[in-house]
Amino acid sequence: MSKLLLETKELTKTYAMGQFDVHALRSVDLKVNYGDFIAIMGASGSGKTTFMNLLGCLDKPTSGSYLLDDIEVHKMSSEQLTLIRNEKIGFVFQGFYLLARTSALENVELPLLYTKKITSHERKERAMKALETVGIADRASHFPNQLSGGQQQRVAIARAIVNDPSFILADEPTGNLDTRTSIEVMTFFQQLHRQGKTVILVTHEMDIARYANRHITFRDGRVISDKINPNPADAATDLKNMPLPETED
Amino acid sequence: MSFIGIMKIALKSLMRNKTRTFLTMLGIIIGVAAVIAMLAIGQGAQKIVEDQVNSMGTNVIMAYSNFSGTAVRQAAGGGNLITVDDVEAMRELDGLLYATPVYNSWGQLKYEGQNWRGSITGVDADYFFIRNMSIAEGDFFYGSDVENGNKVCVIGKTVADNLFGDIDPIDKVMRIRNIPFTVKGVLTEKGQSVMGNDQDDVVIAPYTTVYQRLLGRHWRVMSVMVSAQSKEQITNLQQEILDLLQARHRGTTSEEFIVSSQTELAETANEVSNTMTILLASIAGISLLVGGIGIMNIMLVSVSERIKEIGIRMAVGAGKSDVLMQFVIEAVSISIMGGIIGIILGASAAHIAGNAMDWNIVVTPWSIALSVGFSMAIGIFFGWYPAKKAANLNLIDALRYE
Repeated sequence: MSKLLLETKELTKTYAMGQFDVHALRSVDLKVNYGDFIAIMGASGSGKTTFMNLLGCLDKPTSGSYLLDDIEVHKMSSEQLTLIRNEKIGFVFQGFYLLARTSALENVELPLLYTKKITSHERKERAMKALETVGIADRASHFPNQLSGGQQQRVAIARAIVNDPSFILADEPTGNLDTRTSIEVMTFFQQLHRQGKTVILVTHEMDIARYANRHITFRDGRVISDKINPNPADAATDLKNMPLPETED
Repeated sequence: MSFIGIMKIALKSLMRNKTRTFLTMLGIIIGVAAVIAMLAIGQGAQKIVEDQVNSMGTNVIMAYSNFSGTAVRQAAGGGNLITVDDVEAMRELDGLLYATPVYNSWGQLKYEGQNWRGSITGVDADYFFIRNMSIAEGDFFYGSDVENGNKVCVIGKTVADNLFGDIDPIDKVMRIRNIPFTVKGVLTEKGQSVMGNDQDDVVIAPYTTVYQRLLGRHWRVMSVMVSAQSKEQITNLQQEILDLLQARHRGTTSEEFIVSSQTELAETANEVSNTMTILLASIAGISLLVGGIGIMNIMLVSVSERIKEIGIRMAVGAGKSDVLMQFVIEAVSISIMGGIIGIILGASAAHIAGNAMDWNIVVTPWSIALSVGFSMAIGIFFGWYPAKKAANLNLIDALRYE
């Protein structure tokens, strides 16, 4: 039995929109273990993004509880949440969200800048190692606008893992990428998962979700299905079987 | 996160936008440069006045007849002209240290082939003490020279150079309006006065000699120069001199004599230059303020165009205080760097202006401290609001901002 990473109990989020309350999330109970590779699915408006924001400590729940590594996250102040985000969560976003006019290496260093004291040498070393993990160390000094979409997302993944977080939270990481690049990016998530990392992926594409080991589907703010995927597809194999592109970069 | 770390981040983001950073800085640069230059020029003017007043002598009081207004008619009759006897009477006053009559004249100076036109001052030997004069070569003339009306004189450096050149002027006989005078000494150099007068272009001779030999019959107007024993006695002595003059010249009013002191002169001059300094500095200060508003303006633009960046930073672990600090430091860096460049620019401008006008320009440490402090305060003051705005952004909104 693997160790419990996080647990939500009756997690609820309600937005006030004028006179009406929008129930974005209605009492969600969920457990995630270390080493899981989860795909959270659902149509837009299903509450998956709200759930992701709460899991990522980007937002606070209206009610319910959220335990992360036995920490009662729902009781924390925004300053404390900042620390949790920095130490325990690695974010990958749909739009890459890299700082413009900042080199790939410096982008990867970013979470370490706000972390407890480490030397700049150590910081560079760790950032470089993270870039190596996603096979893009040779582009360390490039600016985001000099990188392709797939490369930018790999830099973003490197940034997500540089602080050795408890889990990686990826919000539609392939949403802005073509099919081939999407699969390429998925190989890295699978690779990280095999190395023992926990990955939580938010997506609405079944094609992408099939690489995950567990599928959780949202609708109208509730979890409507939570299934183990017994035979996840292998992204590396898929990539091999794809016809070669005419040009890369 | 460490302060130095945030500072690095702030400086890096400034470097990413060099042109904008520089243009923002320009407002502060001009403001600080203006303040520094204006204060330096103002201080320089004040120092000149002080030096000037000090070069006049110590605790000096001057008395002369007032020829303006109604007094003119009486002056023509000679009723209120100050006389040598008046000076002798003054010597008895309490608190008076030295006193001398002063006759001023102009004339042709000659030595062998050389010609020079200079001012001739006829005084008592006390004059040298009143004016703190010292001798570079030779000797002063003394009371006995004055009593006997000896044809001796002491000359300034300019006169010595122009008339004698390489020749040692001591004991040589020069001609003042064709009357032979023996040069007894050359004065130590004093330099130019604030009005651009050469204080070394002088010939000083016993007043008795000047009066008898050099003055025309109709121009025997005399002024008096007196020194008080101490600074505290100046005001008192001034009044006593005025009373004495009125008592000795019957029927005259206090308006017919002017008794002024060095301190009065210094105070008036200082007041004028102070007012000017304050006026100039406040105009410069306003431009500094405008520069500060420029910083706020740019910082606000910068915050709204970097909402996404702020969101990303916050998502990966930057706290509100980190974001606040980053933007405050950016603003303060702009203002301090602007301040430093402004100081350099202002000081050099002041020096160039000083050289052009032959003024002694003083950039005081406190004016530098004031500028740096002020520009830092402006950075914090005008940077705070945009920084606060950045720090208070909603994380999710900032992150999703397109």
